Amino acid sequence: MIGTISYLVFFATTASILAIAVLGLNLQWGNTGLFNGGVVAFFGAGAYGTLILGGTPQDGHLGGYGLFYPLALLGGMAAAGVMAWIVGLLTLRLRHDYLAIATFGVAVAFENLMRNAEWLAGGAKGVRGFERPLRDALGDGFLYNIAFFITVLIILITVYLFLERLVASPFGRLLRAIREDEEAASSLGKSPSRIRLTAFITGSVILGLAGGLYGTFYAFVSPQDVLPTLTFQIWAMLIVGGAGNNRGAIFGAFLIWGAWTASGWALSRFAPVEAQLYTGSMQFVLIGVVIVGMLMWRPQGLLPERLVVSQRGSKE
Amino acid sequence: MPDPVLQVSDVTAGYVPDLPILHGVSLTAERGRITLIIGPNGAGKSTLIKAIAGLIPVSAGRLTLDGQDVTHIRPDQLAAYGIAYVPQTDNIFRSLTIRQNLDLALRRAGGDAAARRNQLLTQFPALADKQHDRAGTLSGGQRQFLAIAMALARAPRLILMDEPSAGLSPKATAEVLEHARKLTADGVSILLVEQNVSQAMKLADHCYILAEGRNQVDGPAAELIGNKVVGEIYLGGRRMGAA
Repeated sequence: MIGTISYLVFFATTASILAIAVLGLNLQWGNTGLFNGGVVAFFGAGAYGTLILGGTPQDGHLGGYGLFYPLALLGGMAAAGVMAWIVGLLTLRLRHDYLAIATFGVAVAFENLMRNAEWLAGGAKGVRGFERPLRDALGDGFLYNIAFFITVLIILITVYLFLERLVASPFGRLLRAIREDEEAASSLGKSPSRIRLTAFITGSVILGLAGGLYGTFYAFVSPQDVLPTLTFQIWAMLIVGGAGNNRGAIFGAFLIWGAWTASGWALSRFAPVEAQLYTGSMQFVLIGVVIVGMLMWRPQGLLPERLVVSQRGSKE
Repeated sequence: MPDPVLQVSDVTAGYVPDLPILHGVSLTAERGRITLIIGPNGAGKSTLIKAIAGLIPVSAGRLTLDGQDVTHIRPDQLAAYGIAYVPQTDNIFRSLTIRQNLDLALRRAGGDAAARRNQLLTQFPALADKQHDRAGTLSGGQRQFLAIAMALARAPRLILMDEPSAGLSPKATAEVLEHARKLTADGVSILLVEQNVSQAMKLADHCYILAEGRNQVDGPAAELIGNKVVGEIYLGGRRMGAA
């Protein structure tokens, strides 16, 4: 029984962390129309940043600054934000498909940098020597995982509420306006490039937050954690859940992560022994089929964007 | 006594470098008047208005607004100079309500935004009744009214209107153009590109005819109505300099 609960907590923690990442992408794509094909780079910047800043000293790579954990996490988010600022300045003039290609290239470059620059982040061996916060008080077992899950859940709710307020604010309406028609927005004196950059950085900081929590949960990060697969998984979660809808983003994260986990379990259990080597590839095919299928039959996702027409102030 | 608000001097512009669509176009828009630009398809009318709006780079020539050079000003900065641009289509935000569209236009425009919004809604009664409806539900004419109301948010000196009659019925076209005429009574200048020549010429003060990216003829609109030269340019039988 405790084993099942323990697994469910582990599952829910990972899904919640991914849901935070999907919320970050939703701000960029769902609300602003920015096609970020390099999601994993900003997620990875948060993970690497947090572990490098908050870890213990290590021979052979940067880090070991042992910062107080919240500061390390904020540092990871800042790393993602700074990277988004630089990438944004260079690429945000591009539209849709070109922006996707450019940002995908950034993610591939990031993975290669992390894999090859041993002095920076340990290369292929990854960042070691990170101790999870409050480990001494809570231990490494079930209690710790429960506490960590609750923390992640609180952060997820906070990010959700922040984004709901943001989207309903005048700035949120401006994001939608830019998404609908940049030319019309600029003719009204709005600067699409500045607003797009703000949304891109904000979304990337949220992706960095998710990455920092992911790195904290596993107390380790390596180039294997920043492969393009994660970008496609996070995109699948948003497309299936419903781009433009924060609830859809969270729902999609849990649904796709559930499907991913269940398919992995089913394939390992039922696939013939001689096919076991290829089961991982079959999961990638599954993700691709889900994305294409949803785009063909229900492009608005399971929980479509809600265009609420506010009646507030109707008597004014 | 001529009182120019905008002067376009020998402007060369196009979407692609080294492939100009406009070849040294010049015109003057007078204060509080409607200046009309007409011409056959491909004459460069919309290109000219987009070049003035900063959406297309000007490779040669000069644009001045009340004597101030605005040739290379970014489109989003032109609003602060007093130029408002109403695109031909896609000039409103469909997923927002009418009120939200107006609030968006009024954001950081200075002054009392709520009072200004109410003033605009009074000016456009058709919008006031539907202010809480999504803009995507408006008819074509109402959408143009909303686009014009949004353009008026920052109290511009000059409004650039690119074919406001596109896709409208003759009745709606007449309403939109008549409203444009009313705006000039408040001192607003309008530079209007139109395909609906007969209706637009009746309202305009001055008219420029373009063809193949060059000035052909200009003069008081009333004098050009029925002028056979206009018909010849439209039918491609006459170009400037031709005998």
